Amino acid sequence: MTKPTTTPTHRKKLMRTWPLLTPTVGLLLLWAFVPLAMTLWFSFQRYNLLDPTITGFAGWSNYKFLLESPAFLISIFNELVLVGAVLIITLVLGVAFAVLFDQEFIGRSIARLLVIAPFFVMPTVAALIWKNLLMDPVNGVFAYLARLLGFTPVDWFTHYPMAGVVMIVAWEWVPFATLILLTAMQSLDRQQVEAAKMDGARGPQILRYVILPHLSRPLTIVMMMETIYLLAVFAEIFVTTSGGPGNATTTLTYLIYLRALVSFNVGGASAGGVLAVILANIVALFLIRTVARNVDL
Amino acid sequence: MRASPLQKLIIAILGWGAALLMFFPVAWMVLTSFKTEINAIHSPPLLIFHPTLANYGHVIHLGDYIGALTNSVVISVGATILGLIIGIPAAYAMAFFPNRWTKDLMLWMLSTKMMPAVGVLMPIYLLCQRSGLLDTQTGLILVMMLSNLPIIVWMLYTFFKEIPGDIIEASRMDGAGPLAQLRVVLLPLAGPGIASTALLSIILSWNEAFWSINLTATNAAPLTAFIATFSAPEGLFWAKLSAASTLAVAPILIFGWATQRQLVRGLTFGAVK
Repeated sequence: MTKPTTTPTHRKKLMRTWPLLTPTVGLLLLWAFVPLAMTLWFSFQRYNLLDPTITGFAGWSNYKFLLESPAFLISIFNELVLVGAVLIITLVLGVAFAVLFDQEFIGRSIARLLVIAPFFVMPTVAALIWKNLLMDPVNGVFAYLARLLGFTPVDWFTHYPMAGVVMIVAWEWVPFATLILLTAMQSLDRQQVEAAKMDGARGPQILRYVILPHLSRPLTIVMMMETIYLLAVFAEIFVTTSGGPGNATTTLTYLIYLRALVSFNVGGASAGGVLAVILANIVALFLIRTVARNVDL
Repeated sequence: MRASPLQKLIIAILGWGAALLMFFPVAWMVLTSFKTEINAIHSPPLLIFHPTLANYGHVIHLGDYIGALTNSVVISVGATILGLIIGIPAAYAMAFFPNRWTKDLMLWMLSTKMMPAVGVLMPIYLLCQRSGLLDTQTGLILVMMLSNLPIIVWMLYTFFKEIPGDIIEASRMDGAGPLAQLRVVLLPLAGPGIASTALLSIILSWNEAFWSINLTATNAAPLTAFIATFSAPEGLFWAKLSAASTLAVAPILIFGWATQRQLVRGLTFGAVK
C-alpha cells in the first residue's frame, strides 16, 4: 500500500465528495449511536412506563435482576439451541443443494426457483402456514402422513415447541445458504474435479477435498450472516408460541420484547438490550473482519 | 468422464425431489386458498376439490386487508426511494473517488447492520412515541430506510465499481460536475444494478416483521403485522389465512425470482458474486 498523500487534486476530490457522503454518514451515525446510547442510559435507570413514580438511578440493579432471573439463563440457552440447530440444518442442506443444483438436469432452472422460494415468504406467513396447515396435530398434513404410516401425530407446539420453531426458521433459511453456495460453486475449477476423478477420487472424497475447501469462504460468510439474523428471530416465535409453553421458546430477543412492550419495564429491557448487542457484536466482529479480507475496496 | 444416463436420472429425481419438498408449503398454501373452510381442514387432506374464489373475495373486502396492503406498498417503496436518493450519491463518491477512509467507512456502515434491533427497541419505540411517529407510515419508512441503507450503499458500490472509471473521467474532462456525471453517465450505465438494489430493498422492507409488529397498531400496520393477527385462536380460518398469505407473498416472490442472481452480492455485501 502506498502512503496516502494529500495532493491539491486529492484535496479537491475530498471537497467534492463530502457533500455526497454526508447524508448517508450523518444519518447512519445518528441511527447507530443515539438509540444505543439511550439503551445504555436507560439500563442504569429505574424506569417503567406503567408506573411513573419509579424513577432515579438504578446502578447495576437492572443487570443484577436480569442475570439472577431464571428466565435469563433459559433464554440464552434457547437462543443458542435455536441458532445452533438452524445453522447445522441450513449449512448441511445448503451444501447438499448447492452441489445438487450445480449438476445439469431437466428443468433445473425451474427447480432452482422452487428451492429458493421460501426465502421470499414473509416470516409471519411462513410461521402460520407451518403451524396450522402443516403441523396441526389434528388436521395438518404432517398428522395425516404420520397416521398413514402408522405413527401417532405429534403435537409439535405442545410437546416439542423448540423443534417446531427450528423447523420453520430452517425452512426459511435453507434457500439463503443454497443461493449463496450455488453462486460460489460456479467459480469452482471443473478441471480440478475432473483431475480428482482421474486419480480415482469418489464422490465423498471430491466433496471433502475439492468442494468443501472451495466453499470454505462462502460457508463462513453464510454462517456469520445467518447468525446475525437468527439471533434476531422474533416474528416466528411471536405468532406460533409467544415464547411458550412456559418459557420453552423464549429466546433473549423474545425475553427483551416481553420486558419492553408487555411489562413496559424500560430499565430491565434496556439491560437485556445491552447484553443482546454485546452478544451480536462478538459475531459481527468476526464477520466484518472476514468481509474486510474478502472484498476489494 | 460423462455421467451415465442412470446417474443423470438419479440427479434429476433428487433435484426435483428437493425442489418439490422445499416448495410444498407454498404450494399447499396456494391450494388451500381455493378451498372452502370445511375442505381446508378436511382430513385426509384434499388434493382434488371444487375450487372457490370466495376466500379472495372475503379477504379483499376486509377493510383491514386493503389498508395493510396499501401500508406495505407505501412503506416498502417509500423506504426504497428514500434510501436510493440518500445512498446513490454516497456509493458513487466512494466507488469513483475513494480515499484513505473509504474502506473503514464501508466496513463501519456494514457494522451498523449488525446491531440487533431488539437492542434499541425501547429507545426507538419511545422516540417514535414522543415525536408522534408511532403507528404512522412515516415512522416505519424512516426505520426501514435506515436499517436497509448500509445494504443499499454496499450493493450499489459493487455495481458502480464495475463501470470503468475512464468513462467518468472522460465526462469530467468534458466539464461535467459530479451531479451531471451522476445523471448523464452513471445512472444509465448502472440502471440494472440500481434496479436490483431497489428490488432487494423492497423485498427486505416488505418482509420485515420486527419493527412492523412493534411500531404499528391499527393505522400503519403492513401485511406482516396484519397476517400476525391471524394467530389469534378465534381468527383461525385456514382458507382465508391462505388467501391473505398468498396475496401477501406473491408479488415479492416474483420480484425475488426475477433478481435471484444479483441478490447474492447484496446479501453477502459483495463478498460472494
